[in-house]
Amino acid sequence: MIHTLESVIREHPFFQDFPEEHLSFITGCAKNVQFPEKHFIFLEGDPADEFYFIRGGMVSVELVIPHLGATTVQTVGEGEILGWSWVSPPYRWHFNAKTLKRTRALVFDAKCLRAKCEEDHDLGFEMLKRFASIITSRLDATRLQLLDIYGHND
Amino acid sequence: MATMIENEVPQGLNADPMIPQLYRVDRVRDETDDTFTFSLVPENGEAKISFLPGQFNMLYVFGTGEVPISISGNPAMTSVLEHTTRSVGIVTKAMCLLKPGDQIGVRGPFGSHWPLNEENGRDLVIISGGIGLAPLRPVLYFLMAQREKYRKIVLLYGARAPEDILFKKELERWRGKFDLEVQVTVDRAASGWRGNVGVVTPLVARAPFDPSNTVALLCGPEVMMRYAVMELQKRGVPHDRMYLSMERNMKCALGYCGHCQYGPGFVCKDGPVYRFDQIVSVFGKSEV
Amino acid sequence: MTPKAPRFNNCLVLSPQQLDQLLQVLTKRDYEVLGPTIREGAVVYDHVSSTKDLPVGWTDEQAGGKYRLKRREDDALFGFVVGAHSWKKFVFPPAMRLWQAHRTNGLFQIVPETRKATKFAFIGVRACELHALSIQDKVFLKGPYVDSIYKLHRENIFIVAVDCVQPGGTCFCASMNTGPKAATGFDLALTEVLHEGRHHFIVRIGTKAGADLISQVPHEEAAAGDVEFAENLVAEAAKHMGRSLDVNGIKEMLYRNIEHVRWDQVADRCLSCSNCTMVCPTCFCSTVEDLTDLSGQQAERWRKWDSCFTTDFSYIHGSSVRSTPRSKYRQWMMHKLAYWIDQFGTSGCVGCGRCITWCPVGIDITEEARVMREGETLASAAG
Repeated sequence: MIHTLESVIREHPFFQDFPEEHLSFITGCAKNVQFPEKHFIFLEGDPADEFYFIRGGMVSVELVIPHLGATTVQTVGEGEILGWSWVSPPYRWHFNAKTLKRTRALVFDAKCLRAKCEEDHDLGFEMLKRFASIITSRLDATRLQLLDIYGHND
Repeated sequence: MATMIENEVPQGLNADPMIPQLYRVDRVRDETDDTFTFSLVPENGEAKISFLPGQFNMLYVFGTGEVPISISGNPAMTSVLEHTTRSVGIVTKAMCLLKPGDQIGVRGPFGSHWPLNEENGRDLVIISGGIGLAPLRPVLYFLMAQREKYRKIVLLYGARAPEDILFKKELERWRGKFDLEVQVTVDRAASGWRGNVGVVTPLVARAPFDPSNTVALLCGPEVMMRYAVMELQKRGVPHDRMYLSMERNMKCALGYCGHCQYGPGFVCKDGPVYRFDQIVSVFGKSEV
Repeated sequence: MTPKAPRFNNCLVLSPQQLDQLLQVLTKRDYEVLGPTIREGAVVYDHVSSTKDLPVGWTDEQAGGKYRLKRREDDALFGFVVGAHSWKKFVFPPAMRLWQAHRTNGLFQIVPETRKATKFAFIGVRACELHALSIQDKVFLKGPYVDSIYKLHRENIFIVAVDCVQPGGTCFCASMNTGPKAATGFDLALTEVLHEGRHHFIVRIGTKAGADLISQVPHEEAAAGDVEFAENLVAEAAKHMGRSLDVNGIKEMLYRNIEHVRWDQVADRCLSCSNCTMVCPTCFCSTVEDLTDLSGQQAERWRKWDSCFTTDFSYIHGSSVRSTPRSKYRQWMMHKLAYWIDQFGTSGCVGCGRCITWCPVGIDITEEARVMREGETLASAAG
């Protein structure tokens, strides 16, 4: 089981060029998980103590707005990473995450990882570098969505 | 089955390309609340429709004006000419009020076309956004008519919201019958939408095509194409296998009024479909 | 008695009176004879019925944003260079109706214009202007579509060219390889010589039509010494141009500098007045206007001159791609000197200097190019 996990982690683009000495620790923080359809993986305000590699399925990142109801701002699918609020205080989720279909994922114990990153700043930097680029792509995407490029130009 | 010869680009039916030919509206169909498709038949019953996917016509509404609209129909159909457009300006707003039997002036077809033989034996990734799917529909018809010539075909399509998705029925049919992988994403979801929400860019990053043996066709807002090109570049698709449909202000569509100039070329005759290496020196440069 | 038609490689000589007779023959042959005349303090191209209508004894003083006529000390007929007009307005008329449409009972029909060709004779065409005509020929006649209006007006023009022996203050045809000597594209070419009390024109014959025409007026073979004198005048003129432009690799140089800070600097001065495009002999942009009458039953389509400096020129999807003076000036200059080469195989500039003279703030295309090129040299020298 650990063997399969490790190969999945090694091969994921996120961990490309990740220092060998940290890989087995990372693997130790991970485990396989499955969610049924329409399941809340986490809720806005919950402690953000995990993050997820989505291996199959689709997750909706949503906000509940009083008169609009639950509004999906983004979906996260196969091969993508869900959750970065674990990185900085107060370590609380800003959105709901709800599966749109049956979803398989790797869940990482972020609480444990945070502690280890505080101890070992090299590991911390490697993780932060990679999460920074995820956050940048999400920001780019969000900006494009905001521009409403398919909308009317008048 | 499309029978166009690659080198022979049909350039319209009349002697003087500044004179519109008269067509009649055959059908008008609403695609979304601001986009509609209309089909035209020539008043001269013997005239045969002939165009290559990616080309456009200049359409004239009496007393209102003339605009360039991409041809969005099946190139194998020689009796009807289809266009899909949004109703945004004076002329297109007048167009969407036309009824079957009304006349329209047509000049064209003009411009360059999507590559038709480049893709043989290769994967295809087609990246479209908003109304950009309309100029791609003719090439999709062409590809589906000879599906066996290509390997994987992936269509990535970004729309504003689920209700703005064009050609839903056709996409479903192609997905089911012709092994076309279709991934749709919307900028904003409506309740009940169970598909992707977000921009097309991450879809490009993950789409199942072999970058070393792929042809990419792109059509949509320029900023969307810019980001999509970056993703394709990241994945290693070479510039001479990417094709983009560009747009600029058009007046004559004949290459001498100068309005549609885009760097070293004219969109009406060097485009609208450009192979990316032809425009890489000016693409994305602000205000060129 | 009809004189024998002269052979092509002979140079002939005409007196001013004989030149006048030449113009009369053209008029008798139903040509609309057009040439330089003076109106409102400038040289303009207009109807010429005799050599008396030419700017006899006048010259021009040109500089950035400056044009003045000045009296000469002699009676030269062509002692100036070019004014704001160029010949393009005759072959590429500023406003033309393309067709009319009439609507009856809800259905409309389009009626194309019928056009008649006018036989033009252009007198006094400069070498740079010959090149400008051939550049516009490429645009309007050699593309995927032939412009029928241009074609109609362009055929059958009889051209009497004139070499420049006194270059203008903003001229740089020598840099552009377009002058001062008229090389091709004319029926007859003249070099005006005023020297030691003599006043005559050395004539080169360019076509059979030219040979035929000159055979209709008394003429003589030119003496070898006179021919050589005339040729030297023109060769000297090439060395005294008002401006110069280094065209080596200019296309690539401009592409490299597409974001140069100089564009911002020139933008501070440019008024987007579009004078440069109006006076430039190669600028060809036009617009298409659809008009209706009040009844809504008659419509017309017109083609009119346009300029890339106008606000809506690049309007699409709710705004203009080029809305700032910076982007508009850059488009104009890069088109003229760089994009044109990719589009038509030659430079779009013939070095006539009109854009420099007629710019209200004296922006100088040769100066802009020089600054950018020097910027590169300095940068690479600095290492």
